[in-house]
Amino acid sequence: MSEEYSVEIVNPEKSFLSKNDVTEVVVPAFEGEIGILKDHISIISFLKPGIIKIFSKSGEESFYVNDGIIEFKDNNLSILTSLILNLKDIDREKISEIQKSAEEELNKSDINDQEKYLLDQKLEVLKSIN
Amino acid sequence: MASLDDLKKRISSVKSTQKITKAMKMVAAAKLRRAQENAEKGRPYSDKMNNIILNLSNGISDIENAPKLLSGTGEDKVHLCVVMTSDRGLCGGFNTNIIKKAKLYFQKILDEGKTLKIITVGTKGYDQLKRLYVDKIIERISFKESKNINYFDADKVGKIIIEKFEKKEFDVCAIFYNQFKNVITQIPQEQQIIPLNTSEKEENSSEDNYEFEPEEDEILSNLLPKNISTQIFKAMLENSASEQGSRMSAMDNATRNAGEMVDKLTIEYNRSRQAAITKELIEIISGAESL
Repeated sequence: MSEEYSVEIVNPEKSFLSKNDVTEVVVPAFEGEIGILKDHISIISFLKPGIIKIFSKSGEESFYVNDGIIEFKDNNLSILTSLILNLKDIDREKISEIQKSAEEELNKSDINDQEKYLLDQKLEVLKSIN
Repeated sequence: MASLDDLKKRISSVKSTQKITKAMKMVAAAKLRRAQENAEKGRPYSDKMNNIILNLSNGISDIENAPKLLSGTGEDKVHLCVVMTSDRGLCGGFNTNIIKKAKLYFQKILDEGKTLKIITVGTKGYDQLKRLYVDKIIERISFKESKNINYFDADKVGKIIIEKFEKKEFDVCAIFYNQFKNVITQIPQEQQIIPLNTSEKEENSSEDNYEFEPEEDEILSNLLPKNISTQIFKAMLENSASEQGSRMSAMDNATRNAGEMVDKLTIEYNRSRQAAITKELIEIISGAESL
């Protein structure tokens, strides 16, 4: 039995990526990172800002996501996200831009704890990339 | 009968109009292809989102405590209608069809004695609705500046709607847009987004046991606002494809009509030219005879 399953990443504009030979995907779920292997139990979870790592036969790929939701079912992993960037060809200016707006957001007084937590996470990840 | 000069002028003016409509048709055709592609590319996202939400709401055991965005406020008094139209005219019945559909709905709401609130997206819708419903329009949004339809614009609209919902400004929210079927047909659609239409749920009730992390309701309350933006984004994509399709066929018709008119005027021009020549000939001949 092969140890591969398929993953599809879609954002609102288009289907961003689709692969059939993935062995493991690590996603930044809300309560901590989850690594998903073949025959994982059906799961729905949502993501915090972070890095998605995809391990496949052809190598390893990493993506930055702003938010998102994942659904794993029958060895199909769907990742829905509003903003995704490939770390390989990342645009530093764009990262700084996101970073800046996140900082501004964080300085507002009317945000609740959850939002603050998400923004903190975002900044941390962005800093680690930059 | 109009003089020869007048006819000539009219022919050339119709011809230049024809040039414009022809150019607009070409532009619309090119834009349509892109808009259609975008609409198709956007479908997987909204479909998947829908599926996940259906699965999630099936998993919710306690309807009473379900998020308000899903179950509604339990009342049905204030209706918010989001009417999505284009920012530009000259696209046939595109805007009128949406407005017509919306007006029917408005009338129904008002007849039942409920309160109506309107948000218009796109300037043309506002122009057509302001005559009758100006006091009902609470917000007007236009994305004239953004060149392409993007998710962040849709998100802005979604956030406005959610903000108003959280302030309990309305109970039910419906959006109006044109669904793109093909170049000739666009179907005006009315879609209820708050509370979420649960009628589709039954056909898709897969008995899957999902593991949720965190809890179902927490995921749902995070996901539902996103779903609203997604639905609006989808409507915007469909709308833009419809707008271009509608404009293309309208301009095609206009070009054809202009061609017919040119033909008719040319015949008239030739006839009167011939009549003038004949008249001159008769004058000469009868003048010669009388000598």
